Amino acid sequence: MTREIFNKELREVKDKLFQVTGDVRRNLKLSVRYLEKRDMTGAKMIVESDEIINLKVLEIEDLCLSIIATQQPVASDLRLLFSILQISTEIERIGDYAKGIARISLKIGSESLIKPLIDIPGMEQLAGQMLSDAITAFIEDNAVAAESISRRDARIDAMYNQVHRELLTFVMEKRSNINQTIMLDWIAHNLERVGDRVTNICERIIFTVTGNSVDLN
Amino acid sequence: MNRRKLSQNAAFSLFWAAGIMSVLIMAVVVGYVLVKGLPGISFDFFTTSPRGGLSGEGGIYSTIVTTFYLVVVTLAFAIPPGVGAAVYFSEYSGSTVGSLTGKLVNLARFGVDTLAGVPSIVFGLFGYAVFVTAMNLGFSILSASMAGACLIIPVIIRTTEDALESVPSGYREGSLALGANRWETTWKVVLPAAFRGISTGILLSAGRIVSETAIFFVTLGGSYRVPHSLMSGGRTMALHVYYLAMETRAFDRAMSTAAVLVGLVVVMNLGINTITGRITGKQR
Amino acid sequence: MNKLETEAKGMSTRNYSLFYGGFKALNRISIQIPSNRITAFIGPSGCGKSSFLRSFNRMNDLIPGVTTEGEVCIDGRNVADEDVVQLRKKVGMVFQRPNPFPKSVFENVAYGPKLHGVKNRSDLAVVVEKSLKRAALWDEVKDDLHKSGMSLSGGQQQRLCIARAIAVEPEVILMDEPASALDPVATLKIEELMNELKANYTIAIVTHNMQQAARVSDYTAFMLTDENRAGNLIEFGTTKQIFTTPSDTRTEDYITGRFG
Repeated sequence: MTREIFNKELREVKDKLFQVTGDVRRNLKLSVRYLEKRDMTGAKMIVESDEIINLKVLEIEDLCLSIIATQQPVASDLRLLFSILQISTEIERIGDYAKGIARISLKIGSESLIKPLIDIPGMEQLAGQMLSDAITAFIEDNAVAAESISRRDARIDAMYNQVHRELLTFVMEKRSNINQTIMLDWIAHNLERVGDRVTNICERIIFTVTGNSVDLN
Repeated sequence: MNRRKLSQNAAFSLFWAAGIMSVLIMAVVVGYVLVKGLPGISFDFFTTSPRGGLSGEGGIYSTIVTTFYLVVVTLAFAIPPGVGAAVYFSEYSGSTVGSLTGKLVNLARFGVDTLAGVPSIVFGLFGYAVFVTAMNLGFSILSASMAGACLIIPVIIRTTEDALESVPSGYREGSLALGANRWETTWKVVLPAAFRGISTGILLSAGRIVSETAIFFVTLGGSYRVPHSLMSGGRTMALHVYYLAMETRAFDRAMSTAAVLVGLVVVMNLGINTITGRITGKQR
Repeated sequence: MNKLETEAKGMSTRNYSLFYGGFKALNRISIQIPSNRITAFIGPSGCGKSSFLRSFNRMNDLIPGVTTEGEVCIDGRNVADEDVVQLRKKVGMVFQRPNPFPKSVFENVAYGPKLHGVKNRSDLAVVVEKSLKRAALWDEVKDDLHKSGMSLSGGQQQRLCIARAIAVEPEVILMDEPASALDPVATLKIEELMNELKANYTIAIVTHNMQQAARVSDYTAFMLTDENRAGNLIEFGTTKQIFTTPSDTRTEDYITGRFG
């Protein structure tokens, strides 16, 4: 095996991507938990910690650029670095969704929730697991797993539709529910988008491994 | 560290001494010849021929003429086969490796190397037996130049081959790739590029003819008259020095002739140096 | 590009093998080199890419003991059946080290046309000017065409050699690592020149510099020796495909620098 320095740099940038994905996964999970628990301090913490995630993503981009400039990667190496750049953007956006959920949570404020949350934590559970599984598939160059992970997005979409319909009935029931309904619908929508972003990550994994650009949406 | 420096200094001092020594020896020899010989040199010395006899009276006119004729005729005999053989060895025989021709070429190369080391008197005896006696050409410039050609052909072959081989192979490839054949490549690119090297070899050979005595002693005879045709005998300057020193009382004239000879050799070597100097100057 | 047209024109080989005595140096290579494009041959040292390049103008004939099997065709005609002088007029070559003859710039460029029968001085002058212009050297030498070709810089010498090759109006230019002895600036000049030349010529280049192959070529062929040390064509495709998604893992290993 040659190109020791290059390999080390690639490992390092992959590690960093894995780490920041873990951070995003945690923020996503906590954003929904603090919503359920009406924990304002926690929600504030998530909004602030997104800054750190953004910095980490910038660091990954920087590392990729310097590897491209100094090591002139081609073929699978080039695809890998290109994908890392793309995936890190997706991760950063997922981080933004977690922040968005926390912000909405802050907006709802001290109001009690109009209904106990069931489907929204369920969506988070599904989307978060997809994210974890996808980044593992990426680290393991597993295109087959990537494809099957992306198929789970349909279930999140279905759940979102269900949440949406259910929230509509709440509006019908009582006019004053309208504000919180819109906010909860927005949270569900954010989680639905997480699923789409993970699907994009799965597309990049397949491209990295096989060189084929596919559309999984 | 100190020891290493010391041994380096010791070695360099030795080499330096050796260098000085060789220059000194040369200076003494040349100086002696010039000091003894120069006083006897005058305009008349160059324009009158030796008068013959034990006194060794007269100048060296006829020997200069003989030397000149001999060099020209010998080169005329030696250059075509010498350069030709070298061109064949270097430019053509490459494609015959392993074949019968290839083996013959190797044998010929070995022969050339051997001939280059044979003492000149052997060529002299050969010339005497074959050209002078068997072919009945007598003591003549013709006999002597043919024997001389035998002596210098190996030298010309070797120097020409070296000159051709030092022509970068890129020239040949470039020419062949443009659709030239081997002969066009040799004639238009390789030989012009090797011209200076070949001329150096030829000048060296001419110097050899000027300075050899033994071979011409037995093929050229010793006539001190001005030669009038290829069939005339004669004596070169070097031969004249020998005759004067061994068979006359005119040792001073031998010295003067030797001084002229030394001057000629110096001029020829300067010629070679300017040629080779230009080569290195051009290529670096 | 019309496919039939490409096949009739241009260079191709079929099951071509080359032997140095008993040693097989190239193993059954079949390839179709597109016309008016630059095709790069890459591969580790000793993989036979130079030998393969030299098969198109039969420069291998000069090496004793070389035999071949299969076909090398130019414009659909087997090069073995062609007169070698005519073949080399049609297939120019530029070498690794710039090798201008120790003659003037003018005589260097005029050498080929003279060989092929152009005698008239003014005709020669026209050819020389045209060739030097095409080789992007004219402006640098037009003031003194009679200075020695050897007095030019390395990059200029290589462009002089390109002009010399162009002067006999070939269809194909073979380049055997044309920039490996040059500095980066001179290298880029040669690369730009190649890009201009491909409008009129089919160019095949052997290079050790993979970045160069990626920069200049339209197609890339990857060669590698097998267990018997014979050169094989492993993969041939568009340069983009070879450098982004090679289909053979050996190509991948080589171009990503993980060879061996």
